[in-house]
Amino acid sequence: MKKLSARRRHPLAAVVVLLFALAVTGGLYAAFAPADTAKADDTAQSLAIEEGKKLYSVGCASCHGTGGQGTTDGPSLVGVGAAAVDFQVATGRMPLQQQGAQAPRKKAIYDQAEIDQLAAYIASLGAGPSVPSKEQYSPDGADIAKGGELFRTNCAQCHNFTGKGGALSNGKYAPTLEDIDPKHIYEAMQTGPQNMPSFPDTTMSEKNKKDIIAYLDTVNSSKAESPGGLELGGLGPVSEGLFAWIFGLGALIAAAIWVACRTAKAKKS
Amino acid sequence: MSTTTDNRRKAPAGERVADWADGRLGIYTLAKANMRKIFPDHWSFMLGEVCLYSFIIIILTGVYLTLFFHPSMNEVVYHGPYVPMQGMRMSEAFASTLNISFDVRGGLLIRQIHHWAALIFLAAMFVHMMRVFFTGAFRKPREVNWLFGFLLFVLGMFTGFTGYSLPDDLLSGTGVRFMEGAILSVPIIGTYISMFLFGGEFPGSDFVPRFFSIHVLLLPGIMLGLLVAHLILVVYHKHTQYPGPGRTEKNVVGMPLMPVYMAKAGGFFFLVFGIIAAIAAIASINPIWAIGPYRPDQVSTGAQPDWYMGFAEGLIRVMPGWEINLWGHTLVLGVFIPLVIFPLVLGAIAVYPFIESWVTGDKREHHLLDRPRNHPTRTAFGAAWIAAYFVMLVGGGNDLWATHFHLSINAITWFVRIGFFVIPALVFIATRRMCMGLQRRDKDKVLHGRESGIIKRLPHGEFVEVHEPLSQEELHTLTSHEQPRPLELGPEVDENGVKRKITGSEKLRVKLSKGFYGEGTQIAKPTAEEYQEITSGHGHH
Amino acid sequence: MSSQDIPEENLPSTQDEVHGGAVTTKVADPFADPGMPPHEHRIQDIDERAAKRSERAVAFLFLLSMLATVGFIASYVTLPVDKIIYVFPIGHISALNFSLGLTLGVALFCIGAGAVHWARTLMSDVEVADERHAIAAEPEVKAKVMADFREGAEESAIGRRPLIRRTMFGALALLPLSGVVLLRDLGPLPGTKLRKTAWSEGKMLVNQNTLQPLRPEDIQVGSLTFAMPEGMKEEDHDFQKEIAKAALMIVRLQPDNIKDKRELDWSVDGIVAFSKICTHVGCPISLYEQQTHHVLCPCHQSTFDLSDGGRVIFGPAGHALPQLRIKVNDKGYLEAMGDFAEPVGPAYWERG
Repeated sequence: MKKLSARRRHPLAAVVVLLFALAVTGGLYAAFAPADTAKADDTAQSLAIEEGKKLYSVGCASCHGTGGQGTTDGPSLVGVGAAAVDFQVATGRMPLQQQGAQAPRKKAIYDQAEIDQLAAYIASLGAGPSVPSKEQYSPDGADIAKGGELFRTNCAQCHNFTGKGGALSNGKYAPTLEDIDPKHIYEAMQTGPQNMPSFPDTTMSEKNKKDIIAYLDTVNSSKAESPGGLELGGLGPVSEGLFAWIFGLGALIAAAIWVACRTAKAKKS
Repeated sequence: MSTTTDNRRKAPAGERVADWADGRLGIYTLAKANMRKIFPDHWSFMLGEVCLYSFIIIILTGVYLTLFFHPSMNEVVYHGPYVPMQGMRMSEAFASTLNISFDVRGGLLIRQIHHWAALIFLAAMFVHMMRVFFTGAFRKPREVNWLFGFLLFVLGMFTGFTGYSLPDDLLSGTGVRFMEGAILSVPIIGTYISMFLFGGEFPGSDFVPRFFSIHVLLLPGIMLGLLVAHLILVVYHKHTQYPGPGRTEKNVVGMPLMPVYMAKAGGFFFLVFGIIAAIAAIASINPIWAIGPYRPDQVSTGAQPDWYMGFAEGLIRVMPGWEINLWGHTLVLGVFIPLVIFPLVLGAIAVYPFIESWVTGDKREHHLLDRPRNHPTRTAFGAAWIAAYFVMLVGGGNDLWATHFHLSINAITWFVRIGFFVIPALVFIATRRMCMGLQRRDKDKVLHGRESGIIKRLPHGEFVEVHEPLSQEELHTLTSHEQPRPLELGPEVDENGVKRKITGSEKLRVKLSKGFYGEGTQIAKPTAEEYQEITSGHGHH
Repeated sequence: MSSQDIPEENLPSTQDEVHGGAVTTKVADPFADPGMPPHEHRIQDIDERAAKRSERAVAFLFLLSMLATVGFIASYVTLPVDKIIYVFPIGHISALNFSLGLTLGVALFCIGAGAVHWARTLMSDVEVADERHAIAAEPEVKAKVMADFREGAEESAIGRRPLIRRTMFGALALLPLSGVVLLRDLGPLPGTKLRKTAWSEGKMLVNQNTLQPLRPEDIQVGSLTFAMPEGMKEEDHDFQKEIAKAALMIVRLQPDNIKDKRELDWSVDGIVAFSKICTHVGCPISLYEQQTHHVLCPCHQSTFDLSDGGRVIFGPAGHALPQLRIKVNDKGYLEAMGDFAEPVGPAYWERG
């Protein structure tokens, strides 16, 4: 303790305190941030779960209206089809936790059987795209290069070259496509969830969609190759610039300090 | 005669070679002046070396890349090993870059070293320039060298931009498209410049070969010349040094070039190269295969330039879309104003040394560096400039700020619009106050010693903190700086009693000088009398 | 210095007692430059064993560099160029790039580290002062130079023969014009090139995904489609130049959502076709938000309202997105009723 108090006024004391404060702030943030979401999941979990329409009237009707006709809080679901329900509920976007710029992806609170029941109910309200079958969205045998070109024409403007996501106006955003179930990618293209435009089969054929899914499977999954090394988020020059400043210049300045500093003297002062 | 030949035969081989060279190049005279030249040791003096070495690395790797790169926009169909590009139409430039990355062994490494070194080169120049600025190393006799350095920074930006555009990928092509739009906004001649630069309408098939010769020949050639001049002047002026015991305006204290500095500076080149090579092994940069070949109807979100152009990108992003249509012509202020502000902001830092020397009226040479705190106005100006620069960098990456901090892109844009004016002003005021606070602390330290953190209880119960007195070396270091006094308007009548005309520029100069050094801009440094009074105990408390 | 070393007399309150009334006048200037501090020896200077250790460390670093170079060549020869390995935490990366980069890095770094360690521990670290000399010349030197110059100028007679002087300056001033003239063939004159696109009356809208002409019923409300003019092919030599102006985005709105009268007139049952090229600096915008009908540019965030004539609602763009007037032809396909009414893409001086 005495040692500590003696060093309190050391020229480097301020730096040490600052580093400590930063570490504490960061640690607290890391400790509390995920805890919050976990709690939210819990309360969401406590929603009662029943079948089909029953599920709907409990989980969805407050915003989308009792007959799916829509209210000021949520759009009409007549004619959105089973694919839209499957996408929105299975990716956890619906039911919505709170109104905001857009519904974020989170843990799904219904299991697949319940989702299917919900989807069947919504599909009965009006014709719409149905849930795709496995051979429709499976990337096997698709043209990856063609998919890349289609992706750059139709998707990259919002989702970035390799599907890392990007910003839209007023706090909205295009989410990352990393490791998303091909089925959900297919459904999103077909139904246009939230502010995403739809790409129906009439303008983007089934084959086109398959190609796009195959391309994403190659460049944007946890197994995707990045020959050059760290991907740095796949965000382009901004993260590269940050890396060059922090690690590149940082390491070089550390080396310069070592080159220029005085060598230890024999006599202890 | 015979004795001389005997001597020559006995001389070792190295000496004989040196003799030969001396007879033709005069190397002994050169070496006499320079072999034991003194360089002061400080890490911040090595930032310039980082720039020099990364430039050399860029040239070495760049030459290698030209062996494989085809600067051509002829369309080809790709049949190489990278599957997601097979069968794609692309320019030869793009295809050859894929070839360098996937077929040439080590080609990817050299490409990545080249690009990382370029980013680091620009970052190091920026930091080096700021070191020179904040320590006042730009003062006489080094103003010309300051300008050389500044030009190197600006040329480096454009060399980087042209090089970044060469692979003809979707991201850089978008950058070139932006450049075309910016050129089009220039009144009267904009469309002509654009047509001449691109050999017709954008994108045409000329810009890659043209950018290639600009990138590998024209700009690096000029930079090499400036660089050599910059170095010659550094050697000629001899390096500046920080104040300290034994260091004066008349000397330079450090270690000799041969051997210490040769080993340190030479070794540092290998350190820089080694670190950059390791970075290129670990981190990917500009993965053009993931970005795809350029097509003017395709784009990706997060379209940004390399960091050194981010400042210009910010200006262009946050500018409101003003456009004036009159008499059948369009003045595209929304693009043209940022295009004008860009060189103005950069130029502001370049001309500062001349403004300062005019304001101070100081004609002497300066070789001792300033501590930034002792020149609050200069330091505050530099900090405000950096603040403006970084606010614009934030603006240039507003979309990534939005997604990564869950903010609205519109809100960030408004923040940057207002921040560009407000934040530098706030930073200016805050920095000046901080400098004054630090000056006050220095003064306290000189007069009362360093607070040791040891609390001592006196016999009558009072607690006091023990102050360690400073050594004479430290006292000297903290008090050796000059404190400029503001200029005064001279007498209105000259010595002959004739009324003198006081010009506007003279008034402005006095006013500025008051702003720089007048009341409330510096803390009077401790005098020997004050020190003696306090240390001797008189008038204490 | 540890706390015990602080002499008693430096405690503030005891100073009075120590110095008492008998204050001796101290040296004239307590802040005077004490001169360079005496050189202190390093451990290596006085301890030969430490010096030996340093020597071995330097040699070890140089040796390591040699090994790394051998490793570099070995990886160049043995590793196939397309081999991908998983390295935690970097990811699936090229084995060759990683090993070449690291071995090269180590080979270089160790040479540097060895040289610097050598300089820091074994070379003399005695600081030396070198004199500076004024940069400016002495007055005599200046006088001599001025005299020489005057003499030279005198001998050339440039001052006395204005005819020579003026014609020479004239000739030198004119000469660079040849260089400027030579640049003329860098490109054609602008003319009206920027006003025209590949669209013209009767050209069908061809879907860029399927390369089929579009019918109104293909396009659903909320969907986004990109089209190019009939007859344009990717293989065309001027494809890049033409698509840079002709790129088109097609969306369908509910007709009663369209606020702008002209937009409604130029649409087909709510199907509207706008230029994909941003009016700011020409990025292909198409970040279409189907609920708000806004499109955002990914480059500089100009935002346009497609339900209101493509009006700019945010960002640096200066004017609305040009709309292409379309109709349904007798075969049931969508076709253009002419070129864009105004130039697409960024504004320029002659745009008007």
